[in-house]
Formats: sequence, structure tokens, C-alpha cells
Amino acid sequence: MKIAVLSGKGGTGKTLVSVNLAAAASKSTYVDCDVEEPNGHLFFKPEKLKEKPVKVSIPSLDENLCSGCRKCVDFCKFNALAFINNKPMLFEEVCHSCGGCILFCPQKALSEKSKKVGKVEFGKAKDVNVITGIMNLGEASGIPIISEMFKSLKDKDELIILDCPPGSGCMAMESIKYADYCVLVAEPTLFGTHNLNMVYELVKIFNKPFGVVLNKCVEGENLSEEFCKGHSMPILESIPFDYELGGINSNGRIATFESNKYSVLFSKLLKKILKEVHI
Amino acid sequence: MKIAIPVNEDKTTICPSFGRTPMFLIYDIETQNQVFLDNSAVASQGGAGIKAAQSIVDNKVDAVLTPRCGENAANVLIAGNIKVYKTTFNTTKENIDAFNENKLQILDDVHPGFHNHGGM
Repeated sequence: MKIAVLSGKGGTGKTLVSVNLAAAASKSTYVDCDVEEPNGHLFFKPEKLKEKPVKVSIPSLDENLCSGCRKCVDFCKFNALAFINNKPMLFEEVCHSCGGCILFCPQKALSEKSKKVGKVEFGKAKDVNVITGIMNLGEASGIPIISEMFKSLKDKDELIILDCPPGSGCMAMESIKYADYCVLVAEPTLFGTHNLNMVYELVKIFNKPFGVVLNKCVEGENLSEEFCKGHSMPILESIPFDYELGGINSNGRIATFESNKYSVLFSKLLKKILKEVHI
Repeated sequence: MKIAIPVNEDKTTICPSFGRTPMFLIYDIETQNQVFLDNSAVASQGGAGIKAAQSIVDNKVDAVLTPRCGENAANVLIAGNIKVYKTTFNTTKENIDAFNENKLQILDDVHPGFHNHGGM
């Protein structure tokens, strides 16, 4: 079973919730899909077991065969190819590896070349398998890395927590594609509510069952809570804006292991989610 | 000699973005002929600088006057033998005059691109 934790913006508490849900389970796999800035490993400090490079195919030009017809450049909708001095010029980090230019080249001047875009690290921290996707700096898309991580997930019955990238773009979509349930983490501010709406729209499009965790809750007005009530969105839990929790978390420790209060809170949250998934 | 300048919708002021400018002013120094070229890259999801620079190359421009320029766009322009100068005024006229008097410097602070992370 795969539970995706997402939010419209960074810093909302995706990793806090993901790490603690994985820690609250007796046995789980934590997958860091936030490949641009994976940080779950900072909490689990896993023992590294293995590492796998992630490669994609990009075009390589044989200048002697190229007739300068420009078909490849005109085909590329990602603007990864420019046409200079009657030859295509490739911008590797803009290329999305669709392979179209290679197919379209009438001279067969383009061929596939392998390029490393990142890696996946597999580790273990007590009863939690920790899988971390790491994208190389400057790459345009982390999707190949996220897909690679999904390939390694086999056991269907195991509890898998997916710590998603922020936002509602391609990488968040790739991360929730196979999720059985989505947890939307939201802050109480107007900005937080706007970003909650983004992921709410996303899970509706993907037709995923979901629930909301309100984080950083303070006394008084909570715009995200009002938004949830207005849209009949289930609220799973409210996490307080708490000095103790902030302290534990900012020191790279896991609240579920350190604080009885939060051990209870995240165990309860996990149970609630599991119940929701099985309905 | 043909020069290109990223301009706003008002067709007189300089657009701060090269890749995502709504249009370019293409100006012929000798004939003083001017044409406004719609920037087809403006709505690109990515690679806007590359696409915009490509249309500048395709229009056989000799020099670009711009307040700034991303790395990829600069690489296309350089490969296309186009010189890039830094604008110092707000309007196209003032910059063209300055260019004619050799008062504009070559743009050397090429930035690594904003890639949807702000900058405007």
C-alpha cells in the first residue's frame, strides 16, 4: 500500500509527516520522491546498502552524416535543440529524452547516448527501508529518478510512504500516480490555503482518495481548516505549531521516537489513514 | 547591421526578460527600418531562451541589446556569431543612440537562467 504525502509548497511539513508516519509503523518503506532536495535521510540516517545510477538517453550527433535539414530542431517541443551554422546544437539539461529527434532524422545522424541524471540510494534504519532519489544539479526533470524508485517497489502489502516533491507539477504527479491514498499537508495561512487548493485540484484530477493534515496550527483563524470545511475535505489531524516539535525536527530527530505525545499523534494518524484506505 | 532588442507591449520600453519578452524590435542601423517580431518562445514551458535566441539567429541579426540574458540563450547567440550588449536605458531609442555612439558594453554577466523560479 502506497501513501503519498504532498503539499502545494515546500516547508509545509511533508517530510515531517512522511518520516513520522514511516516511523510510527512497525515496518515500512520511506521513499523520498523530492529528488531535487531529498532530506528524509537526514532524519533516518540510514545505513547505506546499495546505490543505483539513473540514466537517460539523449541524442548524439554524427556531424558527417548530418545534412542540416533541421527536422530534429523543428520537432523538439522542449527547445532542447538549436539550429546554428546548419547543424543542431543540443542543450542536454533541457532534453526530456523523448527520442523524437532520433526517429525523425532522415540521415540517421542522431543516435542514443546514455547520460547519468542522478541516483537512487537504498538504505535501512531499523525497521524502515529508506529509498532516496537524488537528482544531479542542473537537470530539468527528476521524473526518470522517481520512476526508477517505483520500479524497485515490489511488495504490494508493505506500507510505503511517498514523500512527494512540493507543488503540483510533473514530479508531484509522477509521485502520486501509483498512490492508494494521498495526505495533503497544509499551513493555516492564506498562502498555505492557496497551495492546498493546488494539490486538492491535483488529487481530484487523479481521482485519489485523500485527507488533510493541518500543520503549524495556532490559536485563532485557520484559513486552510475553513477551506477544508467549505469543500467537505476530511481533516485527519491538526499538528500544533509547537516549540518542542520544531526543536526535535530541526535537529534531524524523529518526533515519534523522541516524544510520547507525538508518538501517540502519528500512530493515531497512521491508523486513521489505514482505515480510510481500507474503506 | 541589424540589431534586436527585447521590448514590452508598448513597443518602446525594454523588457527585462530576453527569453520571455513579448516581442523583439529588429532594427536596421543603415536603413533605420524597424520591425516588431512576436516572440514565439514567450509561452514555452522550458527552453524559452534557446527558442527566442534561435529566432534572433534565424532573422540574421548581428547584435542583441538586452538588460540581461540567460546562459542557454547566450550560448545560442554566441554560436550564431551574434554580439550581446547590455542596455543602460529604459527605451529602445536611447539604447540605439548609445549603441551608435559605441557607448554600450558587451554583456558579460550572463545568468544561469531562472527556469520558473522567479526573476521577473
